[in-house]
Amino acid sequence: MATMADSNRQLQLTADGELKHFLSLEGLDRALLTRILDTADSFIEVGERSIKKVPLLRGRTLVNLFFEPSTRTRSTFELAAKRLSADVLNLDISTSATSKGETLSDTLLNLEAMASDMFVIRHAHSGAAHFIARDVTPGVAIINAGDGRHAHPTQAMLDMLTIRQHKGSFTGLKVGIVGDVQHSRVARSQIQALNILGAEEVRLIAPDTLLPTEPEAMGVRVFPRMEQGLKDLDVIIMLRLQRERMEGALLPSEREFYKLYGLTREKLALAHPKAIVMHPGPINRGVEIESEVADGPQSVILNQVTNGIAVRMAVMSMAMSGQLAERQQQAKAQQKAQQKVQGNG
Amino acid sequence: MTDIDVAQCLERLAEQLRPQLAELPEPPLMVGIRTGGVWLAQRLHQALALPEPLGELDISFYRDDFSRVGLNPRVRPSHLPFATEGRRLILVDDIIMSGRTIRAAMNELFDYGRPESIQLVTLVDLGGRELPIQPDFTGETLSLGPQQRLKLRGPEPLWLERCGI
Repeated sequence: MATMADSNRQLQLTADGELKHFLSLEGLDRALLTRILDTADSFIEVGERSIKKVPLLRGRTLVNLFFEPSTRTRSTFELAAKRLSADVLNLDISTSATSKGETLSDTLLNLEAMASDMFVIRHAHSGAAHFIARDVTPGVAIINAGDGRHAHPTQAMLDMLTIRQHKGSFTGLKVGIVGDVQHSRVARSQIQALNILGAEEVRLIAPDTLLPTEPEAMGVRVFPRMEQGLKDLDVIIMLRLQRERMEGALLPSEREFYKLYGLTREKLALAHPKAIVMHPGPINRGVEIESEVADGPQSVILNQVTNGIAVRMAVMSMAMSGQLAERQQQAKAQQKAQQKVQGNG
Repeated sequence: MTDIDVAQCLERLAEQLRPQLAELPEPPLMVGIRTGGVWLAQRLHQALALPEPLGELDISFYRDDFSRVGLNPRVRPSHLPFATEGRRLILVDDIIMSGRTIRAAMNELFDYGRPESIQLVTLVDLGGRELPIQPDFTGETLSLGPQQRLKLRGPEPLWLERCGI
């Protein structure tokens, strides 16, 4: 029986195992994730040049399709595409035709008619990017920039790049993810990435109310208290407390949350002395993280942002490369079929 | 194997380069194209005792056949440990044929700044140019049959392998 991981792999990879969409990390293997990180390393060097641009996607059109607001993700995708020399169209959905009643599929058909080569999609519904990838014209790459609570694979990969830069490899690493795991697509993708890349231990540090059901099935250890969970950690990933969750009575108050799960200098001292502190942003100072920690020597939060551009350049160029390979194979197959028909005639 | 002695070729190339170096107001910068060009450049760099470190160029992001062959899965960062603006560069590659690699390399070099000049050194010139690009110094000129290819093997020792396709 085909599992979710199988179908996810099939949807994202060409017959030769090359990336053609980037939707979630489920079903992808270590070799491919490592290749994304290696390619991103090369793009980091490009970002340090006087002209930070390479001609890889020259003449290609990329559409940033954000159905949910985002500053960092959208702007780093835009910058990444521009550094690959692609033409970028940013679509503000709140002012677009979908608010006039056009369906998602119709919006996409119109954009495809403008000869777009790639869509970067952020959507409040889990599975939106997968839905579009199944539906889209062959040859067009779909990149998931966050769907509901499901996945945010480029964020997870930029976090992995940041970890690798600071720790060298994933072998023997103990990584803790702290806070609102339940509502976090970032956490889901991070857990998958860390397990695929071979981290020794992934811990979730959160109260019951902010944990997904059956967290152990995701390959993690659960610690309800910071004091135990932070012990010996090499990497601490803080999640943003989504303030809107407060209303759902999942938490007593922000102050209470900060007392129990906020990362202060005191609590940070429980982790490995060389531990790094990460946060996908935007950070709530004084809610999940103390300002002195966010700005402190162990924080790599701004590294994450820089790495975001390089990882997105890597994923976009690899997906385009896979799509082009598939287009060529299809053209060849068509040619062969035609020759056969002519031969028979 | 071929009958080309790579070490001898390199010696000859260094001999050819030396007189012009003596006349320059400041020593040039040397850049090798991965992988074979870097191996050769390391030896030339040493033979000419150039003071500044060697640069390494990976042209994967600049190739003109991305739509046909896709992205090189083994791309590595280019590494130019110096400012190229206004400097004389010596670009080194192992084998020149179509000239497309050199075009890509020059496009990449210009993204680091505007050099004063670029000279090209290649070990073997196989002819078959598709672009108006010629090496300033070349070790050997050779012509191969249509089904033959030449490949530099290394890094130690360096030797040229002739193979069929």
